[in-house]
Amino acid sequence: MSGDASKALSNDVLWGGGRSPFSISYGKMMMWFFLVSDALTFSGLLTAYGFVRHSTTEAWPIGEEAFRALPFLHDPYPLIYVALMTAILIFSSVTMVLAVEAGHRMDKAGVVKWLFLTVLGGAFFVGSQAWEWSHFNHGGGGYMTTDTGAKYWVHTDEHDTHDPSSKESFALVPAMPGHYLIADTLPGGTPMEHVHGAEAQKLWQEKVAYVHGAPFPWSAEGMDYNEYGPTQYANFFYFITGFHGFHVFSGVIINLIVLIMVLRGVFHRRGHYEMVEKAGLYWHFVDLVWVFVFTFFYLL
Amino acid sequence: MERDDIIEYSLDAHHSEEEGRRMRRKIWLVTLLLAVVTTVEVALGAYWKEWMPHSWHMVKWTFVVLTLVKATYIVMSFMHLGDERRNIRAIILLPYALFILYLVFIAIWESNYVHWVWVNFL
Repeated sequence: MSGDASKALSNDVLWGGGRSPFSISYGKMMMWFFLVSDALTFSGLLTAYGFVRHSTTEAWPIGEEAFRALPFLHDPYPLIYVALMTAILIFSSVTMVLAVEAGHRMDKAGVVKWLFLTVLGGAFFVGSQAWEWSHFNHGGGGYMTTDTGAKYWVHTDEHDTHDPSSKESFALVPAMPGHYLIADTLPGGTPMEHVHGAEAQKLWQEKVAYVHGAPFPWSAEGMDYNEYGPTQYANFFYFITGFHGFHVFSGVIINLIVLIMVLRGVFHRRGHYEMVEKAGLYWHFVDLVWVFVFTFFYLL
Repeated sequence: MERDDIIEYSLDAHHSEEEGRRMRRKIWLVTLLLAVVTTVEVALGAYWKEWMPHSWHMVKWTFVVLTLVKATYIVMSFMHLGDERRNIRAIILLPYALFILYLVFIAIWESNYVHWVWVNFL
């Protein structure tokens, strides 16, 4: 076991009092201290998000409504993509712990295999996040006005369609103050009326102006209301997932460097694979943070 | 001065083939548990409300509890904190818990008040 709380250690490694209170190497202890400070940062961000969400009086976007797209598919799949991302990150955490275990047996081939899979999983996660950001940026439609002065949200649920009328699911929703496209039925509010099919096509032909994409935290021209509700939602979404994504990215780089060092036999010559363990601590921490981001951002 | 940062605790972490098999078995068991919990979470998040519209509060707390279960297994098993000495466990977990429990408490408390102010005065 890695900590060896039960093993007797030689006198050379004990402190002046004759026993080591921690029985852990300097590097691992410092990694833990760093992770505690990083955990405080992430907790502060998530708590700030909770504060804003709990104190707001405006309608707040619902996770499974905001995140329900899959690449190349048009039907809504609530939370499936983010669940897939979560599964990949957890699995790459598993391969990391298997790499650490292989290192404890001085099994170089095993470390290489599992560490390579970890790097692969991490890279896949970063790519997925890039796709999700891009999709979130484009949003599920836009905003149009007609010559009668009426305002409509244009609902397409597809990120790359610039002419929504070409889509079968094309629907318009009368834009009312305080009503958001993203929530089909607001908690305690009136259900929004959808305009479908021929009627929607007709309104689309009569449009005066159309602004595609609405979810940016700043206001595009003529848009008083953001597709994703209060601007703090997108602010926190980009900041928290971005900060986490940066951790994943740097974790992938660190794991890659360690993998190269393993391949060159650096740790085998050193006699132990503790560097894999230290990189592993950081990588598990990234997974740990995602577990909380997933719950507090996507589920609650 | 003698350097104390090159002490080799790491060599004591080595284990035998037999121990390795036992540990791998445990790793896969924890993996299964994490997978099951995540599946339950996603299923709840995506579908629960459609069946039982008034139990959202309960679902919310279920999410929080399941998340803490996952976090505990990741920290104690994958990060091997459960295998470390009690002292190192305490100096990592206690200061963190002290700060964050207070922060969460005060954030919820104050956000209730801010919400009340906005509803009543703005």
